[in-house]
Amino acid sequence: MNGILVLIPVALGLGLLGLFAFFWAVGRGQFDDLDGAALRIFIDDAGDSRTPEAPDVD
Amino acid sequence: MNRPTGLLSAETALVTSRFAVPGMRCAGCIAKLETGLPAMAGVAAARVNFTARQVLVSHDPALAMPDLVQAFAGLGFEANPIQDALGAPDSEARGLVKALAVAGFAAMNIMLLSVSVWSGAGGVTRDLFHLLSALIALPTIAYAGQPFYRSAWRALQAGHSNMDVPISIGVSLATALSLYESATHGAHAYFDSAVMLLFFLLAGRWLDAVMRDRARDGVSALLKHMAPGALVLADDGGSHWHRADALQPGMTLLVASGERLAADGLILDGRSHFDQSLITGEAMPVAIGPGGRVLAGTLNCGDAVQVTVTAAGADTSIADIARLMRDAAQGRSRYVRIADRAARFYAPAVHALALLSFIGWMLAGAGWHQSLLIAVAVLIITCPCALGLAVPAAQIVASGALMRAGVLVKDGSALERLAEADACVFDKTGTLTLGHPEPIDLPRLDPDAAGVALALARCSRHPLSEALRTALAAAGIRPRQVTLISETPGEGLRGQWRGQVVRLGRPTIETGGMMATALVIGNAPEQIIRFIDPLRPHAAQTISELQHLGLGSRILSGDAAATVAMVAAELGIPGEAGLDPATKLARINALTGAGARVLMVGDGLNDGPALAAGHVSMAPASAADASQMAADAVFLGSSLAPVAIAIRAARATQAVVRQNFALAIGYNIVAVPLAMAGLVTPLIAALAMSGSSIIVVANALRLKGAAR
Repeated sequence: MNGILVLIPVALGLGLLGLFAFFWAVGRGQFDDLDGAALRIFIDDAGDSRTPEAPDVD
Repeated sequence: MNRPTGLLSAETALVTSRFAVPGMRCAGCIAKLETGLPAMAGVAAARVNFTARQVLVSHDPALAMPDLVQAFAGLGFEANPIQDALGAPDSEARGLVKALAVAGFAAMNIMLLSVSVWSGAGGVTRDLFHLLSALIALPTIAYAGQPFYRSAWRALQAGHSNMDVPISIGVSLATALSLYESATHGAHAYFDSAVMLLFFLLAGRWLDAVMRDRARDGVSALLKHMAPGALVLADDGGSHWHRADALQPGMTLLVASGERLAADGLILDGRSHFDQSLITGEAMPVAIGPGGRVLAGTLNCGDAVQVTVTAAGADTSIADIARLMRDAAQGRSRYVRIADRAARFYAPAVHALALLSFIGWMLAGAGWHQSLLIAVAVLIITCPCALGLAVPAAQIVASGALMRAGVLVKDGSALERLAEADACVFDKTGTLTLGHPEPIDLPRLDPDAAGVALALARCSRHPLSEALRTALAAAGIRPRQVTLISETPGEGLRGQWRGQVVRLGRPTIETGGMMATALVIGNAPEQIIRFIDPLRPHAAQTISELQHLGLGSRILSGDAAATVAMVAAELGIPGEAGLDPATKLARINALTGAGARVLMVGDGLNDGPALAAGHVSMAPASAADASQMAADAVFLGSSLAPVAIAIRAARATQAVVRQNFALAIGYNIVAVPLAMAGLVTPLIAALAMSGSSIIVVANALRLKGAAR
């Protein structure tokens, strides 16, 4: 019984955390362009900072 | 971002504009737009929404809209600006998905607690779990139940009942009773049922909203800025730009070549040809001289003319069409959707059953507490959970299948009405036919003649010239060096090539009612180039398929009798020619009055009122914006086959909806007697509810291949 008193609030808290994360993502418009997200991984960003020619570390 | 931002300084306040770009297809297009647009001076950033086929551009306010559209064209995309009011992304769906998330979260947690209670937790533990359930359920019902409470309240205020009334009453009663049970250490709390009910119903609501949004984005609800104003000549010879709503009868307008008229009027001076296809549906431009009547919305494809305004603003013929459309659309808003029709019988029956069980058990001496418990169990068991999912689940699966087949259906009610259609009316130009003429005599021309024809044709905006230019350029013909080219409206083009006079224009000999142009080089006899407006691919096949499905077809066209008769004979269906928008509307209303449910397929603005008046309507993606807005479904591509596919898919959907209703009713026939007998516990209610919902959704998924 004592364990439950700790575990239930923990479970609810984790669930709420997930719910707020979802609200945040919806608010930021992350679900507005589901098809586009699937395609964007195919875009090659040539000359971007991630390529070895343009290192941004000194 | 280390890309050049041109004139843009960091302090400039940026504005954002939204564009519909239907042409993007792949990751390459996204990359091209997102890197290509910011390379233009004044554009800070561009963000593509691929799902909606829209681009959000943040740019310097000094940058004009036509320049931005031009920038899109430079990258190879056609872009249309969208007004902000129409561009806001899925507001309703977003609210519903939040409510759905809350209900889902609450349902899972309460279910976890409820399972412990059902597995035998008793005493203090059960009370604690009920209390925790109540703590989760109350805010959830207050938040996620709002769409239902609001809709039920609106329905009751209007004096009728809908599906949301039994839902609201059921959820409220179940919650109140469960609160009482929890407070009095009772055994049965229905918090899990109430919240799970909300979850399933919200899923149905959300699917419905997603479907509406998807079609709205796809159709890209936008109206091109048509003739925003005109250049008005003053008495002293000066000219000023006036907005369309500031024009007055009696003013004199200067209408340049390639400009759309902003008002109705009479030609004062000059002679030109006008593309009136938007208003009359006639494919060929009409040559109009001094004293001739010209209409707002028509395109001047010849020389500049002066026009005296006879009617402006709300009095123009184009505004008349808009008025007809608005009036015609009112009939359609009276359509009652199938779920609401079912609710008219369902809600009173459910409430009567619950009341009956309460009275029955009271008479049997069960005491008010137990009687109420049983009545609530009846309400929960019969709550239209499966019914709420039955229609939207089937419709979203079908509309997804149709979307892949190239038909965008605007909402669920359109699918329902599409399934009911039993007569079909087609417009001719642009609907049965492709709407742009194609030359058929090109192989007979020698390369020199073809080169001269191309050189002349590319100097004119006449549709036949443009068709000739497109066809010749596609055939790889190189234009010859033709000089001194001039154009006479109604006559044609004239020029000089190697010292000879060359002419492209109206033939002097009879061409048997076909669209044709003549090419004359020097003293040689004229060579006739004939044009046809080809039928859309699969047109005849679609007509016979519709016949097979029980939809007789006919043509109502604004075009000339000879061409309509030709198309009608080719397809073997009756056709009427020379109809104006009001007469088309009257014909549709006559058919409706005779008991037919008309599917109207049309594309021009002149079809707008008929599209709005038909029981259901479809428009090709090449249609005028206003027609796309008025139509219930838009089909992409040049083929006519999607019309028959849509009918078949809509009927399959309706069959699945009916099966789902049968499943839901069958479930009630089993469950209601159990509930009335007092045998239903919260555990059985939860199992029954989720079981029936899953069956209904699984049945709907069978529609995935409906639009083959």
